[in-house]
This record gives sequence, C-alpha cells and structure tokens, in this order.
Amino acid sequence: MKIFVCVKSVPDTAATITVVRNTGFDESVKFLVNPYDEYAIEEAVSLCEKVGGEVVVVTLGKPDAMATVRSALALGAHRAILVTIDQQFFDSGDTANVLRKIMEDDGKGDLIFMGKQAVDSEAMQTGYRLAVGLGIPIASEIKEFSIDGDKVCVEREIGGGEKEVIEMTQPCIVATTKGLNEPRYPKLPAILKAKKKEVKQIALADLGLSQVAAMELLSMEPVPERSGAKILGGSTSEAVTELVRVLRKEEKVLV
Amino acid sequence: MSIVAVLIETTENKVKPANFGILTAARETGQDEIYGFVTGVDPQMCKDDLAKFGVQKIISIEAEGVDLTSKPDLQAKAIIAALRQYGATTLLGLSSTVGKDILARVAAQLGAPLVLDCLSIDLQKRTVRKPYFAGKTVANLKVSGEYFLCGIRANSIEPIEAQTAAEIGSFRAEIGDDDSYVITEVIKNESGKVDLSEANVIVAGGRPVASAEHFEMLEKCAATMNGVVGASRVAVDEGSASHSIQVGQTGKIVNPKLYIACGISGAIQHYAGMKTSQVIVAINSDKDSPIFTRCDYGIVGDIFEVVPALTAELSKQSA
Repeated sequence: MKIFVCVKSVPDTAATITVVRNTGFDESVKFLVNPYDEYAIEEAVSLCEKVGGEVVVVTLGKPDAMATVRSALALGAHRAILVTIDQQFFDSGDTANVLRKIMEDDGKGDLIFMGKQAVDSEAMQTGYRLAVGLGIPIASEIKEFSIDGDKVCVEREIGGGEKEVIEMTQPCIVATTKGLNEPRYPKLPAILKAKKKEVKQIALADLGLSQVAAMELLSMEPVPERSGAKILGGSTSEAVTELVRVLRKEEKVLV
Repeated sequence: MSIVAVLIETTENKVKPANFGILTAARETGQDEIYGFVTGVDPQMCKDDLAKFGVQKIISIEAEGVDLTSKPDLQAKAIIAALRQYGATTLLGLSSTVGKDILARVAAQLGAPLVLDCLSIDLQKRTVRKPYFAGKTVANLKVSGEYFLCGIRANSIEPIEAQTAAEIGSFRAEIGDDDSYVITEVIKNESGKVDLSEANVIVAGGRPVASAEHFEMLEKCAATMNGVVGASRVAVDEGSASHSIQVGQTGKIVNPKLYIACGISGAIQHYAGMKTSQVIVAINSDKDSPIFTRCDYGIVGDIFEVVPALTAELSKQSA
C-alpha cells in the first residue's frame, strides 16, 4: 500500500505564545509534530507493518520544519517530502492545492492520513479541500479505523455521546484524533535511522502554483489570563451559601 | 435585501438551543432575510423555535431518491444548489462536530473560504475573531471572495429573541446518488444529553472523582442547574470517565456560563478547554493548586464535603 501522511510542524502546546509585530509570534519556541498528526502517522505505519508498502510524509513548512519531518520519519515513515514556504500560517485552500500537486507528481496514494486539525491556526478544513482536489472522500475526527475489502470503515463521535459508523470507498482521506491509537515513542535506533531516510525538499515557487490567500490575518491578540480569584472562606456551609448567592445575585449565571 | 442562510441543527426533532446564538449573529445588519436550512426533520417541528429567533423562511433541503442525512457530501451539494437558487452568499452554522463537517464540505466544494470556531463575526466587514493556539491568542481575520462561510462556537453569542412569522418551504436539489461516503449507523449512547460543547453549566471532576458513584455526586449537583458533567484528562485516563466528556486541549472545548472544577488541579491543557467560561469556580483541597489562579471563585476543601453541600444549597429555591 502507498500511504501519504500530511504532517504539520507546530509550536509545542506547552510553549508560551508571544505575539510579535501584531500578526506574528515568537518562533524561537520548540516546534514538533502536530499532536493530531501523531495518530495519523501511527495508524499509517501500523497498517504498513501489517500489509506492506510505504508511508510517505508530506509537510509544508519553513526550512526549520526539517527537524519535525525527521521526527515523523523516526515514528516509522519511510520517506518524506518537504515543501518550503515563508510563513507559519498558510491558507488551507493553498495548502490543499500544494498537497494535491505533490501527491499527483509523486504518484497517488491508496490512503491519506492526517490529523483533524493543526493546533496553531486550527482551520480544521485542509483535508476536505484536498479531498475535493483529488476527487476522493474524507472522514474526520476518526477514532476507529479498519479496512474491509474495498471499503474503509471508520467511526467518529458527534457529541451528546453519539457515534457515527461510516463506510468510504478507497482511496480516501482519514483525519485522525485522540483515541484512534497509542502513538509509539521513537527509540534511539529509529531516530538515527530517520537521519538517513530520504527527504525531498521542494521550494513552493518551483511547483508553479498560484496562491489565492482568501483570508488575511489582520491581528492577533494574547488572551488576558483571569486574575483576582476570590477564595470563599469560612465553614463549608458558609462558603457554599456565599457561592450560590454570588452566582445567583452578582454573576447572574444561575436563576 | 440579501439573504443570510443558517444551517440549523436538530436533535430528536427539536432545534438545539445552541442555534439561537447563531441566528442572533445572522441578524446583525437588521436588513437581511434569514433562511434556516434544515435536513431530515419535519420543518413544522422547528417552526416555533426558529420564528422566535428571527427566521423568516425555514427551508427543508431535500434531494429526490437520496438520503441526505447519511451522505454529508451530497447534503453539502444540495446546500450549495440552494444557496445558488436563493442568491445567498452568506452561510452560518454551529461549529459543532456535525456542523464543522458540513460547512467544510460546502466550502471545499465551492472553493470558498471558511472560518470555523468563530467567537464573533462581522457580516458587514466580513471579519471574524477566532482562537489560535488553543485559546492562547485570538486572531482577527478578514475574508475575501464571493462567499462568507462561518462556523460559530456554541454559546459565544448571547441569544436574543426577534419574533417573526416564519414561512415553511422546501428546496429539492437535483443530484445523483453516490456511495463513496455513507453513514451506515448512528449509535446513540445517552441520548437527550446536551453535548458538553453546548452546555451552559458544567460540573467537572478530576482525579479524586475516581468512580461511578463519585461521578453521581457531580451529576446530582449538575442536575440542580440543568447542567452536565465533565471530566479532566486524569479522570478519563484512570478509567473513571468516558473520553466523550473529557474537557481540555485533547478533549472537548467548552464555553459555558458556569464551570465548576471539582478536584481538578488546573493544568494548562485542561484550562485551554474551558478558559472561555464566563465564570469558573474551583473546589480543591490543595490551596496551592494552579486552578486557584485560573478561576473566579474558589473553595479550599474536600470535594466530598463541599459538592454535596453545594447541591443542597442549590436545591433551595432562590430567595
């Protein structure tokens, strides 16, 4: 099987994000594989271990994203393609267009896995645009995956404790979320092996695609943290009485 | 006068209350005609609720010989046909799991931009505000192009009534059937429960809430406020709660008026899931717990004493 995994290099979720020059952020923080993409890599690699084939990572990112690409290779992918761009935030329509071109040029895959969203710009839609570009179906927020003959069977939770069971034809795109599998920890041998795996680097301009950039980031603001928590003292009885009074009469969040 | 179309989500044949905030946002200019698109539900059952929040036309989106509720790609195709028919270029919806999926399919098929998880929108300027970096920042974005498509986070816009006389109509799209993506089954678990992401009151439990009985204690508390129960990642990882009620960066993002965190330490990743709550209350026996720097009100104490006492106090009628 040939499986593509789309991986984004994003800031560590534990990092502090400092807004710079109104629309940027301090990029000296640690970058790593987008957490939701880890489930995608794991599912693709496990599948290849069972049925044979290759897992190809595709990433759009600044040149520094190479380190993240190596991490993805250390998780078991066989080779990678890195399309270098100038900025961290890139329109999802334009991203999907690049991914489509890369996959068509490299030879289309039997399956495509990717995380349901990136944890930085959180557009939650790139996979859907890629699906239309390639003319194949997509299922997102997937927690269960299996192949049954020529069909792919997946499950997703839709809120209120309800689950959808879905069948798709192949090839298709599966956008993954937590709960699908347990991503492996790369051991040293895998990390060393990853350094020798093939990474094809292509500059965006060399693809000959135009960008639409339908969305403009006007500004980004840090969210001020809550401050001045009021600790309600006294006995348990006094504290809860005061709490309920405040919630009803002052905050008015309760009747 | 232009038309603003809104995708209406229903559950058990009733309009989900979370739609009312979206409809309020749709009415921003006061000059647009509001169309509510429904699929797979009798529009008559939605009429009273939708009329109360300003929908002028309720359109049932259908397609001959095609079950749109099990085929979201075809549902999106039908919605696009309806938008073209009515000359509508603004489409809003809930940024719920189902809403995000349909909106993304519409946007992708149209080749139009889409912003999901919006906290607020400006229909005239075509700008939106949405979180970046799991709520650490808020991005202001300007959308260009023919279409303005937005998925709005539940409970981010205060619902305001605007009684209209709603007409019911239907739109029958002419589209072929397609089996490339089919929802073969919907497994219901505890139906009737409001999803955490749409709840207005949440009582959440952390590590000390280690069993079903303990969660029942939280259920009783939540019930006095018509709320629902949530859990921290620790409680889920230890098996005392289902992942479907996990609040946090790798769980659900919630946006209630009131969030009561019981025995939750308040790690950044949990906080990311509930930081937009209007009021956060923390109950924890450890006075140095980080949650006490991330809440509005705190009680230092044993949750097994405080929560039942709180439930009892809440059960009393207000003075």
